Amino acid sequence: MSKLAAKDIHFYYGDFEALKGITMEMTAHTVTAFIGPSGCGKSTFLRLFNRMNDLVDGSRMTGLLSMDGEDIYARNIQVDELRKKVGMVFQRPNPFPKSIFENVAYGLRVNGVKDSGFIASRVEASLRAAALWDEVKDKLRQSAFSLSGGQQQRLCIARALAIEPSVVLMDEPASALDPISTAKIEELIFELKKDYTIVIVTHNMQQAARVSDKTAFFYLGELIEYDDTKKIFLNPRVEATQNYITGRFG
Amino acid sequence: MKKAFKRFLERCTEGLLLLSGGTTSLAILLIVLFLFREGASFFKSPNIESGYVLAVHPENPVNHLSPEQIKRIFDSEIVRWDEVGGPAMDIELFRFSDMVQYVPEERLGADFEHVPAVVDSIVMAHPGMIAFYPEQFVAPEQQLKVFPEATIRPEDYFLGHDWQPTAHPAPQFGVIPLVLGTLWVSLFAVIFSLPFGVAVAVYLAEIASERIRKVFKPLIELLAGIPSVVYGFFGLVVIVPLIQKGFNLPVGETGLAGSIVLAIMALPTIITVAEDSMRTIPRSMKEASLALGATHWQTVYRVIIPCSISGITAAIVLGIGRAIGETMAVLMVTGNAAIIPHSLLEPVRTIPATIAAELGEAPKGGTHYEALFLLGCILFVITLVVSITVEIISSKQKSNLT
Ligand SMILES: Nc1ncnc2c1ncn2[C@@H]1O[C@H](COP(=O)(O)OP(=O)(O)OP(=O)(O)O)[C@@H](O)[C@H]1O
Ligand SMILES: [Mg+2]
Repeated sequence: MSKLAAKDIHFYYGDFEALKGITMEMTAHTVTAFIGPSGCGKSTFLRLFNRMNDLVDGSRMTGLLSMDGEDIYARNIQVDELRKKVGMVFQRPNPFPKSIFENVAYGLRVNGVKDSGFIASRVEASLRAAALWDEVKDKLRQSAFSLSGGQQQRLCIARALAIEPSVVLMDEPASALDPISTAKIEELIFELKKDYTIVIVTHNMQQAARVSDKTAFFYLGELIEYDDTKKIFLNPRVEATQNYITGRFG
Repeated sequence: MKKAFKRFLERCTEGLLLLSGGTTSLAILLIVLFLFREGASFFKSPNIESGYVLAVHPENPVNHLSPEQIKRIFDSEIVRWDEVGGPAMDIELFRFSDMVQYVPEERLGADFEHVPAVVDSIVMAHPGMIAFYPEQFVAPEQQLKVFPEATIRPEDYFLGHDWQPTAHPAPQFGVIPLVLGTLWVSLFAVIFSLPFGVAVAVYLAEIASERIRKVFKPLIELLAGIPSVVYGFFGLVVIVPLIQKGFNLPVGETGLAGSIVLAIMALPTIITVAEDSMRTIPRSMKEASLALGATHWQTVYRVIIPCSISGITAAIVLGIGRAIGETMAVLMVTGNAAIIPHSLLEPVRTIPATIAAELGEAPKGGTHYEALFLLGCILFVITLVVSITVEIISSKQKSNLT
């Protein structure tokens, strides 16, 4: 059974229809990449899965979105509980103005975890999973702002992993980073696939090709093509996809 | 050509800015200097009503009395010399106006030329007597002991418990009740207004819809501009009677009334400043918290409030500043009794209220006038200390990252 499923999703910012009937499914333990020109609705779609768009005044959605077969827009869904299961990494690193340790511990604390031994072990495990532990283990009490941009982004990944979600949404996680940090994050995504279902938005075609199992191409609020990454990059069905990937448009 | 002109204009603007900044700073400095200079000459003033002297029997070893002791002696609160370090004798008072009780008026002479001798003989006849009379009647042939001219000492002023600038024969300039009154009223004003202010700021910044915010924010900003007399009037008509009835007091004009009126006055400032700082928190910070499964409320108190701590600090400083410096409203509702407050339900008097109420009737350049200037200096120092303390606390808070 698919992990995430979207069925005929329409999304509106006021009168503007940003998503025009999207249907797709994502399997557990795969990396799915969303590609497409700027403004085509990738972020909008991604943010539906952890209901981040609830914050946008005057927005509206129709259609069915489900995780593990459960409608995540159902009345009885507790949004904060849902967000504990669906982690998110944003385009720009956005650590809290707290220490490195407290940044990672935040999700646990708001979850009501009090056991400091458990918290410490989760923080270490998450930082290790985000390949940041060795760089920060001696300065956990320092401000998160003392880290470099790439380190901050990995810290944000660790922060998302600390509460052990089953899905991790990443909105252009490497767009603000240098090639070395980017490579580290890509490696990380590959590792994380074992335990998580990952959806990643990217403008970097090579990145999509390197890290993802499946790729979805969006254009003007519509899902144009969705298939195995290999297929999309080597032999796309639709001409628009071909044009976009080869950089002839967009 | 055009470029040169543009550069010239830029230079001019730069120069103007520098000039205005410089003069403003200089002016502020000069004002402070002026305050302190005027205030400092207060300690050169005599400690009894000027133009008068105190005299005792030459065998009395007492040479100096503080203003407080003089007042208590003449109020018959101190009745024995041993209470002020003298011999075990009762104190007898002699005021110049008591003269006729001792001698018939015609013995004073047509031009009062016999007064010095008469005073002398009266004092010499009563070993426990203290005399208070105009210095023009001090004469070299007198045997009595005139107290050497003494000035008001800093401890009489800063540690004195009594503020009665028009008392006879020694005016009392003890600032403790005024300082405490100011601190009490301001402290409670902040205690009352801070939680409400921050709560309303959170509501406006985080919970209220855009429509509500658009209506309320300007309304609150408008409230900050209402003259303080209006608030004072409101306090007098509404809050004072409420307190009087509510606590069953003889009068409703109390420190509590002052604190409440000040709290109401400080609220708009606190709300506006705190709300502004909460709204400048990057959206991404909020989203990060919510995306980790924090509820809206958890986000507010774990991220939004800590992140806007510097704005809230500014709000506190401005709020306290307004409270400490506020004059009119406080003058109207606190009852203005210069006594050391033991509870908020007693009348108190603050420093600004004292200055405002008394400056008009204090003769320019006189002791009272200078005492009021010195009060201004104290107010200045208190405000400075409070601002610095709040600043230090908040910067500790900020660096304390856990
Ligand atoms: N909060 C909003 N209010 C109104 N319109 C919005 C809002 N957010 C996005 N949009 C519009 O919705 C459309 C899709 O935006 P979205 O952010 O999903 O694009 P995107 O594919 O992520 O683009 P990019 O690659 O530049 O991040 C755009 O036309 C955008 O202008
Ligand atoms: Mg986007």
